Amino acid sequence: MSDDQSLLSRRNALKCMAYGGAGTLFALSGGVFTPIDLAMAASDKQGAAKLGKPLFVQISDTHIGFNKEANPDVRGTLTQTIDIVNGMSDQPALIIHTGDITHLSKPAEFDLAQQLFTRLRTTEMHTVPGEHDTTDATVSEYFNRFGKASDNKGYYSFDHAGVHFIGLINVLQFKPGGLGTLGADQIAWVTADLKRRSASTPIVVFAHMPLWTIYEPWGWGTGDADQLMSQLRRFGSVTVLNGHIHQIVQKVEGNMTFHTARSTSYPQPVAGVGSGPGPLKVPADQLAGMLGITSVSVVKHPSSLALNDTALA
Amino acid sequence: MNLRRNQMLLTAVGMVILGAMEVYLPSVAETPDATKIVVKNFMFNPTPLTVKSGSTVTWTNKDDEPHTVVSDTGMFKSGGMDTNESFSYKFDKPGTYHFTCSIHPRMVGTIVVQ
Repeated sequence: MSDDQSLLSRRNALKCMAYGGAGTLFALSGGVFTPIDLAMAASDKQGAAKLGKPLFVQISDTHIGFNKEANPDVRGTLTQTIDIVNGMSDQPALIIHTGDITHLSKPAEFDLAQQLFTRLRTTEMHTVPGEHDTTDATVSEYFNRFGKASDNKGYYSFDHAGVHFIGLINVLQFKPGGLGTLGADQIAWVTADLKRRSASTPIVVFAHMPLWTIYEPWGWGTGDADQLMSQLRRFGSVTVLNGHIHQIVQKVEGNMTFHTARSTSYPQPVAGVGSGPGPLKVPADQLAGMLGITSVSVVKHPSSLALNDTALA
Repeated sequence: MNLRRNQMLLTAVGMVILGAMEVYLPSVAETPDATKIVVKNFMFNPTPLTVKSGSTVTWTNKDDEPHTVVSDTGMFKSGGMDTNESFSYKFDKPGTYHFTCSIHPRMVGTIVVQ
């Protein structure tokens, strides 16, 4: 009997390992996150229903135009991502793209990306640029298409379902040898923007590069992000989202949860492994499990958000 | 017959050119890539690079990841260079010029123009 039980639990453990790539679900209550294996959460229908209506889906680092060995078909993997989002029974109200829409800021790449995005059933999409979106000589291709929301500044805020969203740009003012930068103007703007909100307003901040230092030698951080964080601490629920590093890394600090999303295009190495943060070549059958999307739901209490990662496989 | 004569002529021309290079451009023959910077493994190489005033420097990306070349003072800026793409800039004034890759700002380099 006890042997059977150990076999059962071992089988469950193996089952969970098989779904390991699917990601982790975080339920937030009173500022404390409870990590739940996504496969377990999905098999527990009642528990999943408690997550509430999906608020928005984060997609990131689509890198349209990339065609190297690490993923010769970034158009296909983005299409797959869009299919997954379109297949959700409860459609999210918003899509948030955390940058590197294109690989080389070329007009044709932006055009193809926009054409693919039109297939999304959810039509409201908010973006911030990545450094791959701003390499054209005049830094105009991104802003010509997506600059309207921010009056071409790259940073802006909006409200949805009682949640205050702030999109920030940290890829334009690189200090040589340093990290991404928000800059004095943007910090002054965000200071004024936050001042008008009550501490009970759930805040979602999104930018391309991490707003916390993950690995300085590869520039995985934002040099002046501390000036922003000090103003976010008074809020009861703060979710900070970014892309850039093509893998999931999370941190919880007080009422703030930091989450970096997977890419829909290609994976990157873990911090410090190899010569730099370039495309990571993995066997074809492992690729989909290393790409993905993040959906965010409003949890029972209106000031709580839950993150939920989905891999393409 | 004509063909063979043409080949011989071409060979002769080639020898004359080679001879001229040996006589007039000995330093170029010794360091053939004196104005080239290779971008590989997230590094500019060589750096610092010393060139004569009036030289055109060419950067070529040998990584799978795109890179850029952006002057710290805004004097020059490449677009995103994909694998095997190049960017060139002519340096007319002596001085020290620092540059970085805007996609990977830890990548830095220097050109010294004499």
